[in-house]
Amino acid sequence: MAEIAERTGSFLEGFDAFLRSAASRSPERLQAMRRSAIDRLASTGFPSKRDEEWKYTNISPVLERVFAPVITSQGNGVARRDVDRFTFGAVAWHTLVFIDGHFSRELSTLHPLHDGVIIGSLAETIDRQFEAIEPYLARVTPHDTDAFTALNTAFLRDGGFVFVPDAVAIESPVHLLYVATGGTGAHMVHPRNLIVARENSAVTVVESFVRISDGVCFTNPVTEIVMGPHASVEHYKLQDESPDAYHVGSIHSRQGRDSVYTSICVSLGAALSRHNIVSTLDGKGAECTLNGLFTATGTRHVDVHTTIDHLQPNCSSREVYKGILDGRSHGVFNGKIIVRPDAQKSDARQTNKNLLLDGRARINTKPQLEIFANDVKCTHGATVGRLEAESLFYMRSRGIGEQTARAILTKAFASEIVDFIKPDPIRAHLDSVLHEQIEHMGEAMIPGGA
Amino acid sequence: MLKIRGLRASVGGKEILKGVDMAVNAGEVHAIMGPNGSGKSTLAHVLAGREGYVVTGGEVVYEGKNLLELAPELRAREGVFLAFQYPVEIPGVSNTYFLKASLNEIRKHRGLEELDAVDFLSLVRQKLKIVDIDQDLLNRPVNAGFSGGEKKRNEIFQMAVLEPRLAILDETDSGLDIDALRTIAGGVNKLRSSDKAIMVVTHYQRLLHYIVPDFVHVLLDGRIVKSGGKELALELEEKGYDWVQEEVGAQSR
Amino acid sequence: MSTETDRIEQIATQEYKYGFVTEVDTDVAPPGLNEDVIRMLSAKKNEPEFMLEWRLKAYRHWLTMVEPTWANVHYPAIDYQAIRYYAAPRMKPKGPDSLDEVDKEILRTYEKLGISLEEQKRLTGVAVDAVFDSVSVATTFKDKLAGLGIIFCSFSEAVQQHPELIKKYLGSVVPYSDNFFATLNSAVFSDGSFCYIPKGVRCPMELSTYFRINTADVGQFERTLIVAEEGSYVSYLEGCTAPIRDTNQLHAAVVELVALDDATIKYSTVQNWYPGDKEGRGGIYNFVTKRGKCVGARSKISWTQVETGSAITWKYPGCILQGDDSIGEFYSVAVVNNLQQADTGTKMIHIGKNTRSTIVSKGISAGRGQNSYRGLVKILKKASGARNYSQCDSLLIGDKCGAHTFPYLEVSNSSSQVEHEASTSKISDDQLFYCRQRGIKSEDAVNMIVNGYCKEVFKQLPMEFAVEAQKLLGVSLEGSVG
Repeated sequence: MAEIAERTGSFLEGFDAFLRSAASRSPERLQAMRRSAIDRLASTGFPSKRDEEWKYTNISPVLERVFAPVITSQGNGVARRDVDRFTFGAVAWHTLVFIDGHFSRELSTLHPLHDGVIIGSLAETIDRQFEAIEPYLARVTPHDTDAFTALNTAFLRDGGFVFVPDAVAIESPVHLLYVATGGTGAHMVHPRNLIVARENSAVTVVESFVRISDGVCFTNPVTEIVMGPHASVEHYKLQDESPDAYHVGSIHSRQGRDSVYTSICVSLGAALSRHNIVSTLDGKGAECTLNGLFTATGTRHVDVHTTIDHLQPNCSSREVYKGILDGRSHGVFNGKIIVRPDAQKSDARQTNKNLLLDGRARINTKPQLEIFANDVKCTHGATVGRLEAESLFYMRSRGIGEQTARAILTKAFASEIVDFIKPDPIRAHLDSVLHEQIEHMGEAMIPGGA
Repeated sequence: MLKIRGLRASVGGKEILKGVDMAVNAGEVHAIMGPNGSGKSTLAHVLAGREGYVVTGGEVVYEGKNLLELAPELRAREGVFLAFQYPVEIPGVSNTYFLKASLNEIRKHRGLEELDAVDFLSLVRQKLKIVDIDQDLLNRPVNAGFSGGEKKRNEIFQMAVLEPRLAILDETDSGLDIDALRTIAGGVNKLRSSDKAIMVVTHYQRLLHYIVPDFVHVLLDGRIVKSGGKELALELEEKGYDWVQEEVGAQSR
Repeated sequence: MSTETDRIEQIATQEYKYGFVTEVDTDVAPPGLNEDVIRMLSAKKNEPEFMLEWRLKAYRHWLTMVEPTWANVHYPAIDYQAIRYYAAPRMKPKGPDSLDEVDKEILRTYEKLGISLEEQKRLTGVAVDAVFDSVSVATTFKDKLAGLGIIFCSFSEAVQQHPELIKKYLGSVVPYSDNFFATLNSAVFSDGSFCYIPKGVRCPMELSTYFRINTADVGQFERTLIVAEEGSYVSYLEGCTAPIRDTNQLHAAVVELVALDDATIKYSTVQNWYPGDKEGRGGIYNFVTKRGKCVGARSKISWTQVETGSAITWKYPGCILQGDDSIGEFYSVAVVNNLQQADTGTKMIHIGKNTRSTIVSKGISAGRGQNSYRGLVKILKKASGARNYSQCDSLLIGDKCGAHTFPYLEVSNSSSQVEHEASTSKISDDQLFYCRQRGIKSEDAVNMIVNGYCKEVFKQLPMEFAVEAQKLLGVSLEGSVG
């Protein structure tokens, strides 16, 4: 037990104060949920490298620090011009801005909505109409899913809430913009997003995690996506946090019959980041696509764990993840596909490709198939390699400098994922961010290079 | 040789054949024509015994036997051959090995001695010429990586080796260019003889330029609505299936 | 579900045809394990002191270990104190000099298995070291091999005759502390085969061991050690069967291979231990540690396995590619039917520069069988230019079985290239119908398709083994199609 106690870090400490501060406004059911979550965390602690799911990711750096919960936020003097550069210039979008985890109405842009649609802050909705949230909250992601979702649930307060009623399509994407100010000392935020897309509805949701200035923080978001029959949800997550930041986040979706879910997760920043993406195909004929890109430089660590769970027949899933690792960075990919006994005629394809740009970079990849039904088509593939020498040589023989040639090829490698992104503003933004990042990658590999 | 009487069959609960009658004698070539969805391929599959095709009425007598009672492999051994529209790939199993196993099963059934590797190969070499097939194809796995034309040629090549009494060619002309069509038709014509019958299932009559049928039947909505000589195919080419449809419609009114 | 598929599901009732018990006078130890049992065992074998010490060291370490639970297999707890750790057919103290001295019953057993020693000796040119329960009964062709300087004998004999080689290489690839089952084996192993190929010698015949578990409740713990000196070549075949018993028997073997510069070792296994009956009663627990070390530059170790038997198979024949330009290969066919479980795969550890490995795994699941591929490809920092290609395919027959793939790729060198591909499929109704339309009945069609699917692996086996493997596959799957 002593060991378990050690593996809860300092996270239990601020809980009572948080619970008291939230108590006045929170319904009892939510308070009870928070208490169950902290109890669960206290009894099981955080995982160690002995846990199969955390074999390659050491979370001790997170446990060794003390992160203060941000109980209230005064906006930290953030002005609209400070956040404008993170909104992709997409003025027509519904943009919800969260400063250090707290919703800022002043900085947000909300357009008129169709009847019955809710796009707003989770905290405000909890206060005003908890009954709209209650049937969905913590159903796809119960508090005891794992240690980090328990932590998120214990400190659950704010985040984005998107509710799309039957047969409504929301045209403009909804942007949940999480801004770390970097100015509050080592702190932690636990955003909770809840997206409900009812029957035959459609919505695009973009989550981005950015910083105004560098600083130590721990971001622990959980996004729950509940989809009814024939619903369509496009979901983007962009993580570009401070090089001192820690990010452990989960996205859990559950799909109804003939629904279509697309998830693209791009992870570019943070000292340590881990993304758990779990997609459950719980209705006949549902389709999901999980694509993503992760890059790391220096001594960063990036870990993506995905699970696609085929529960029902005739579902299909597609997954392409790519990793670009430079310097002494370490990448981890674990892609699990489960086909349950009743899920006949499942069609699942998964690919993971990784590029090591530096001799010191490492990758551990584990594409995993667990098949319990016989009439299925499942394939997966994984590759690890470096840039092709022939391609490099070809470009150099046409007069292109080695560094430029490397950048062009690396960018081409990434572009397969970027091209999956439908909204132009995000794609344009990523193009430029990646361009800047990749330009300096792999320099250590060039004799006489920087 | 083959008598089909009032044959009804359904697939997935939907009735496709609604009472087919026809008779095929040794030495004859019958063409079964009809638009998409008329039941041509269903008829071919029912005769070969494909699972999933449920016979709901009628009978099929082949060489005095109740064909519908026989397992697919027994029909094959009795001399019924289906040239598939979409021949399936069997990775890792060589064409030669497959064909030798098939031929020897059929020979055993007929009370003939099984062929050893040497005799089999000399037989195969002789038959290769009929369809102008590349010998390399023999060593490749069954249909794996074959082009569409190669697959169809391979079907006719198998037919040449197995020497069926009743060959059913299911849309063998689909997806073939004119040269391939000519070669395949030439192969089939070499296999015509007085003790064998051929049923050619096709949507278009262009194959029938090369394999000239003795009889042409038009299948519409699960029934043979019109039968005639080879000139019927030409008439169909000229006037289209709508013409038959109208004619049949007029009759039934 | 179509009837074609139903039919596929039905071929699974073939009785295990190698099930019979041989009546021989057997010298057995009482059940249970402690230091005294180990001393007794070592004394019976007249082992030198270093062996006893090694065994005791392993035993003491084993006491501190817990049985692994990470594999995707399920079985009731094993009572290690209920197992007999030694059983030997009683015979003249000095051991047989020729086949004439071997118990006739034992020879008859081998004849039933189709590996009559005399036949082998006269006709096949395969040198057989037969392991009957725990003691090596007779070794054929010894003289002919000795002429080339090749040592091929039982492990016990090697301990007596070549202690310096045993001392040098025993545990050099699989250390006594390696894992729960290997450590247990190190403490109690009773016999096995030893093979030494001197520098530059190409072993002129396939060397073969036939393992067979006979006595009830006897855990079989054999140990095989093969050392290939510089520039030598050897191909080694291992076949395994066991009689039908309704209790489970534990088989925890260890195989160590050492390949020096430019040496090649090809190790082929056809494992056909009793798989248990249709309800999953009885059958062998096959918990085996097999590992080869490519110590030398340009050395090569190639594992080929056809696993059709055992209630549970737990084995990961691996290669430590230490020498520069060394090569590791793993070709596997694993079949599970009824309630069999297999968790098998390989470990390729790339240490040297330009090391290469190839993995081809073909899993077949039928009945209610569960088949897992578990593989590790690890490219260490200094393994520049390392290459790996893995292909893991699963074929499912019936809708109550499972196929699982757990490949771990750990790459710490950017100049390396690792590729992994996996697929899961079933025998399609279309394929079966196509075969039947050509006059081939369902069972034969399934056999043909499955053999086609396994071809890449079978072609790695020596001819006579490949034929046996094909037959076994047919037997294992019989009843899975009707």
